[in-house]
Amino acid sequence: MKVIATYNIKGGVGKTSTAVNIAYLAASQGYRALLWDLDPQAAASFLFRVRPKVKGGGKALIAGKRPVDDAIKATDFENLDLLPADFTYRHLDLHLDSERKSATRLRSLLTPLRRQYDLVVLDCPPSISLLSENVLHAADLLLVPLIPTTLSVRTLDQLTGFIDGFDGRRPEILAFFSMMDRRKRLHLRIAAELPAERKDVATAYIPALSAIERMSEQRTPVTAAAPRSQASRHYLELWQEARARAGLPPAQPTAD
Amino acid sequence: MLLTALREFVLVSESGAPGQEIPRIDDPRFGIASGSKSRTVRRTWLDTFDWRLFRAGLTLELMAGRGTAELVLTGRDGERVVSTPTGDARIRWPCLIDQLPVGPLREQLAPVLGVRALLPVTRATSVLTELRAVNTDEKTIAVLALDRMRVAQQRHGEPPARLAVRPLRGYQAQATRLADAFEQAAGVVPSAASPFEAALAAVGRRAGDYTSKIDARLTGPMPAALALGLVLGSLFDTVEANLPGTIADIDTEFLHDLRVAVRRTRSALKAAGPVLPASVLRTYLPEFRWLGDLTTPTRDLDVYLLSYPSMAAKLLAATATELEPFLRFLQRQRAVAYRQLASGLRSARFRSLASRWRCDLEEITSAPGRRPAVGAFAGSRIMKAHERVLRSGRAISASSPPQALHDLRKRCKELRYLIEIFASLYDPAEQWRAVNELKALQDCLGEFQDTDIQASELRTFATAMMADHSAPAQTLLAMGEIAATLAARQRTARQEFAGRFADFASPRGRARVEALTRAAA
Repeated sequence: MKVIATYNIKGGVGKTSTAVNIAYLAASQGYRALLWDLDPQAAASFLFRVRPKVKGGGKALIAGKRPVDDAIKATDFENLDLLPADFTYRHLDLHLDSERKSATRLRSLLTPLRRQYDLVVLDCPPSISLLSENVLHAADLLLVPLIPTTLSVRTLDQLTGFIDGFDGRRPEILAFFSMMDRRKRLHLRIAAELPAERKDVATAYIPALSAIERMSEQRTPVTAAAPRSQASRHYLELWQEARARAGLPPAQPTAD
Repeated sequence: MLLTALREFVLVSESGAPGQEIPRIDDPRFGIASGSKSRTVRRTWLDTFDWRLFRAGLTLELMAGRGTAELVLTGRDGERVVSTPTGDARIRWPCLIDQLPVGPLREQLAPVLGVRALLPVTRATSVLTELRAVNTDEKTIAVLALDRMRVAQQRHGEPPARLAVRPLRGYQAQATRLADAFEQAAGVVPSAASPFEAALAAVGRRAGDYTSKIDARLTGPMPAALALGLVLGSLFDTVEANLPGTIADIDTEFLHDLRVAVRRTRSALKAAGPVLPASVLRTYLPEFRWLGDLTTPTRDLDVYLLSYPSMAAKLLAATATELEPFLRFLQRQRAVAYRQLASGLRSARFRSLASRWRCDLEEITSAPGRRPAVGAFAGSRIMKAHERVLRSGRAISASSPPQALHDLRKRCKELRYLIEIFASLYDPAEQWRAVNELKALQDCLGEFQDTDIQASELRTFATAMMADHSAPAQTLLAMGEIAATLAARQRTARQEFAGRFADFASPRGRARVEALTRAAA
C-alpha cells in the first residue's frame, strides 16, 4: 500500500481536485483506493455525495476507539472508498497531541488498511500543524500543487527544507503546477523552467479550466464525468507521473 | 466496495405468477437511479455426488459470460469465500481435485472433496441486471441485483425473478431500511432459498438428496418383513443411484457406495431368516454374492491406488521414481478389472437381478406377515451377532493364525451392518455410544487384514511384473520396502488387538448394546 498526500500550506490551489481525480483514476485502473478527506471543510466528501460525519468524530478515530475501518464509506465508483471528513477534524491537532508518538499517529492508523488497499490518498487541509507533520510522516509521496509564481517556489523550498530535517523515513516530493493560465507569461516561463531545473517538479501540470471548477456542481470527478476532456488528460498525465514516483507497480489488466 | 446481499426476495405478480420487474416502493428516502447494467451469464452449479460442498455449507458455481469464466465458491450467507478465473483452461466435468487450476480455490476445496469428483448438478442462464438505489443526496447506498433465471431442463415451472439488495460499504443501515421498504411492497416475497436451491427446485431436486445411509423410517411395532422390505428397497436405491457413476468410472466412491449397499443387502438377507420367504433367500443370496464378488478386484486395486501416494512418500531407501513402474502396473491391472466390472454391471444377469428384485421387494412390502415386530426382531438379531463377536474374539490368543482375526472381522461387520440396517429404530446418541468401541475394534482388524492382503497381493504383483518384464530391479527393491512397511503395520495392529477387544467385550460395552436394543423392543 502506498500513501499519496496532496498538500500545500495555502488553500484554494487545487489540492482537493487533484486528490479526488487521482484517487478516481487509480481506482478506474484497478487499484483498490481509499481517499481520506482530512479537511473539515469536507469538499472531497461533498463531491462524492458522502455525508461529512464520522461516528465519535476525529477524537475517537485518533484515539483508536473507533476503528478507521468502520468509518469507511464506498463511493459510487468501483474500487474507490472514502473516509469522510467531519467538522470535528478542526481539532485534530489537539487529539493528535494527546497521543503517544503524536507525529506518527496517522501512519499507525493506516497500518491495518494495508491488506485492503493498494493506495491511500490523503486530502489535507491547508496549514502547517501537527496534522501536517503526521501527513508528511505517513506519506510515500507528497503531491504539492503550486500556482506558478515566484512565491510558490519559495514555499516549495521551505517545505523541502522542513522535510530534509526529518530523521529516517522521508516522503518523496512531487510539486506540480496547478491552475496554470497559459495566457500569463509568468506562468508559462516558470512552468517551462522549473521542471527542467528541479527533479521534484512534475512535467505534467493542471490548467485552470472551467470543467474542473464545475466538478463541485456535478459532484463527480471530471475524470469520471468527462474522461476524454482536456482536464482529464492532464490529470491522467499527473497520475502517471505520481504513480511511478510513489513506486506503485503498473496496473494489472482487470478481468472485465 | 459492495457487500454480501443483505436480503433476497423473489418477485411475484398479483396473480402469483413469477414477476420480472423491480417493484415500486413508497418511501421518499430512496430512489432508483436511471441507467442499468445487464449481462447474461451461463451458470453451472457443481458438487460431489454425495453433496460434500453443500453439507460443508459451501456452493460452487461456474459463471461464464462473454469470453470470461469464473469459478466462485460462496459460504452459507452467500459471502464469496474465494473465486478464480478459469481463463483458457477448459475444465471437463466431472473433474477430480487435481484437474482444477492450482490456486487458493483448489486449496480450499481439496479437504472437502477428498477423492470425490465435482459434477455439474444443475445449469441455468441468468440475465443479471444491476440498478443503483440512491438516498436523497443521490448517493448510491445499495445495488439492486435482479436475476432473471432460466433453468435447463426445468420441470416445475420457471423460477421467479430474484431481487438482492447488496449494500455498499458504510451504508448497511440505510440499505436495511430500503430492504424493509421492499418487503412491504406488493409482489415481493422474502426468498427462503438460494439461487442454487431455486434452480434445483425447478428441475425437481433438492440439495442433499443423496446419501449412502439407509433411508427407511422404521418403528418398533412395524412387521419385520415390511421393515426389511423397506431397508432392502432403500439399499437397492443406493445400488442403482451409484450404477451410472460406477460404469462411467467417475470416481472411486461410486463403486465403494455400491459395494457397501450390496454387503448390507447380504447381511440383511442373512439376518432375515424365516421372516422372508425361503425362496427369496435361496434366489438372491447367491445373486448378491455374485454382485459383491464382481466389485472386489476393482475395489481392491482402487484401495491400492488411493494409498499409493502415501506409500511412495514413506519410502526411505528407494525413491518414488523407482516405484513408478509399480504404479503403472497397478493402473493397467485396474483397467482390466474395471472392464470386467463394467461388463458385469451392464450384463443381462444384472438387469434381470434388478427387475426381479424390485418385483419381489414390492411383493414383500405389499403383504408382509404381521409377526414378528421389527423392534424385537432387530434386538434379538443384534444381540446374537454381538454374542458371536464375543465368542470369536475370546477364542483368539497370541498364537492364533491370521485367519481367526479375519473371521472375527467378518462377525464384526455383520454386527455393524445390523445396527446400521435398523438404525432408524434407535436413538442416534445411544447408537453412537454402542458403535464407538466396535468401530475401534473394526479399525484395528481392518488394518490387520488389509495389510495382510496387500502384502500377499504385492508378492503376486511382483511375480506378475517379473513375468512380463515390467519390473526393473530398483522397482522390486522399492516394492520390498513397501512389503516391510506393511509387515510393520500388521504387527502393530496385532499388538493393539487385545486392548481393543477388551474394551469392546467389557461389561460396559455389552450394557450399551443391550440398552440400544431394549429401547426399540
